Amino acid sequence: MKKYCKDFKVVENTSLTPSFFRLTLELDEKLPEINPGQFVEILINNEKDVFLRRPLSIHDVYEDKNQILILVQIVGKGTLALSKVKVGEYLNMVFPLGKGFPLEGEKVLLIGGGCGVAPLMHLSRAFNNIGIKPHTLIGCKTQDQLFSTQEYSSLSTLHIATEDGSCGIKGMVTDHPIFKEDFDVIYTCGPTPMMKAISKESKKKNIPCYVSLENTMACGIGACLCCVVDTNEGHKCTCTEGPVFLSDDLKDF
Amino acid sequence: MKVIDKRLEVKIKDLNLKNPIMTASGTFGYGEEFEDFLDISSLGGIIVKGTTGSRREGNPYPRMAETPSGMLNAVGLQNKGVDEFCNNVYDRIKHYNTNILVNVSGSTIEEYVEVAEKINSLEKIPGIELNISCPNVKQGGMGFGTSCPMASEVVKEVRKVYNKTLIVKLSPNVTNIIEIAKAVEDSGADGLSLINTVLGMAVDSEKRKPLLSTITGGLSGPAIKPIALRCVWQVAKNTKLPIIGLGGIMSASDAIEFILVGASAVQIGTANFIDPSICEKIIAEMSQYLDRHNLKSFDEIRGII
Repeated sequence: MKKYCKDFKVVENTSLTPSFFRLTLELDEKLPEINPGQFVEILINNEKDVFLRRPLSIHDVYEDKNQILILVQIVGKGTLALSKVKVGEYLNMVFPLGKGFPLEGEKVLLIGGGCGVAPLMHLSRAFNNIGIKPHTLIGCKTQDQLFSTQEYSSLSTLHIATEDGSCGIKGMVTDHPIFKEDFDVIYTCGPTPMMKAISKESKKKNIPCYVSLENTMACGIGACLCCVVDTNEGHKCTCTEGPVFLSDDLKDF
Repeated sequence: MKVIDKRLEVKIKDLNLKNPIMTASGTFGYGEEFEDFLDISSLGGIIVKGTTGSRREGNPYPRMAETPSGMLNAVGLQNKGVDEFCNNVYDRIKHYNTNILVNVSGSTIEEYVEVAEKINSLEKIPGIELNISCPNVKQGGMGFGTSCPMASEVVKEVRKVYNKTLIVKLSPNVTNIIEIAKAVEDSGADGLSLINTVLGMAVDSEKRKPLLSTITGGLSGPAIKPIALRCVWQVAKNTKLPIIGLGGIMSASDAIEFILVGASAVQIGTANFIDPSICEKIIAEMSQYLDRHNLKSFDEIRGII
């Protein structure tokens, strides 16, 4: 897939919780095709201490408006600076990067934890477009960390697990009854321990499980070789061969 | 059709460069990775990923840490080996109308010689860059570039089997870079690339752990530009070899600083990660500089400091 380096106009910057925000970024020309699970490398231009671009998952795409939505958790100086961008500013992005989620199966479960829920919106939309309504399972510590539940509900059957039981079932995503059901394919993005637990259970039931990794990287286009993951065929770049991998192909999963 | 500015042409031994802008090994893949962002054939040259005798997996993840005005890497020469390069990669990239140089790496003199000999047979590769300065491998690499007798020996042995342009990439992690440069010059090198990354480390105070799996790594980016300039200046004053300067170049003015202290050409490295089309922009700005200063070429200001 051809990659581009373009300036996007910030048309919305919405604070969702104290640590999560969503950017709506608009291109002044037609967007190329973007697959769910792909990512962008965004240049942070309002913080001198940030040197490298930041790789961020594509949350959703509004093709008719040439808009890309990015869901961001503030975890450091780069994402903190990004949270302060103003509507009307321009952000430079290299996109679309990586291989996304392959659309397989008819009964599918999408599981997101923390900021890992980001690509699942675009994935849900892609499944809807081919006539499949997926199940989405979101896990977080407490209901204060939940957001965009209406949007997820409109594209999928939404299930929630919170560690304190303040919303949905009490426990981890792997404790949720929906996770005990049989699915054709499971897709997950979130903290590594969560994805490993999901992968382990999926293997027991012979369900293919796709995981989306977020290894630190510099270039995002397969040149720096910094973001490698250990696979059954040796080191592979998360940026070009991933970020989505079949968990069976990864060591330690 | 782009207008080619003849004023930017430069010669390094038998290499004819359209302009002094090359890409640094390990930051530009095999060129293919950047095809969507710029015209590879507009560059003075590309130096492809460090290539060893056999396939290497490199170091474990994590291999990268962002640092003030730069980054540390500890990739450790991950590559598919010289045979894969000769049999597959070469055929994919040989059509680029630019100087394709292979960065030759190894753990032993025999390995350097083996790789150089195999690359010597490739018609469209007019030169190699002998990497005696990688800080991220346990054996060889920087070990050869930090001792005069060892640097001398590896260059002499490679020279016996390699008859095209032989550039040697030096490490800044030495007490006296002039001595190493002279040893390499006396052993038959045609030119020098300097500098490779500066040995450094980064620590996470919250997790109380190093950020790299290897603890130490190679620092690159604008943070090292003053060190690189100093090394190029010192070596330019003390050897006759043409020098390709690199280390933290992010703009045409950075590149011209290297020319002012004696570099014939420069390499753009880490900057490719920030802006994948930066090399083309720098080339255009180099022409603008000549216009602005009313110069016929960079020969008029090369090494004047």
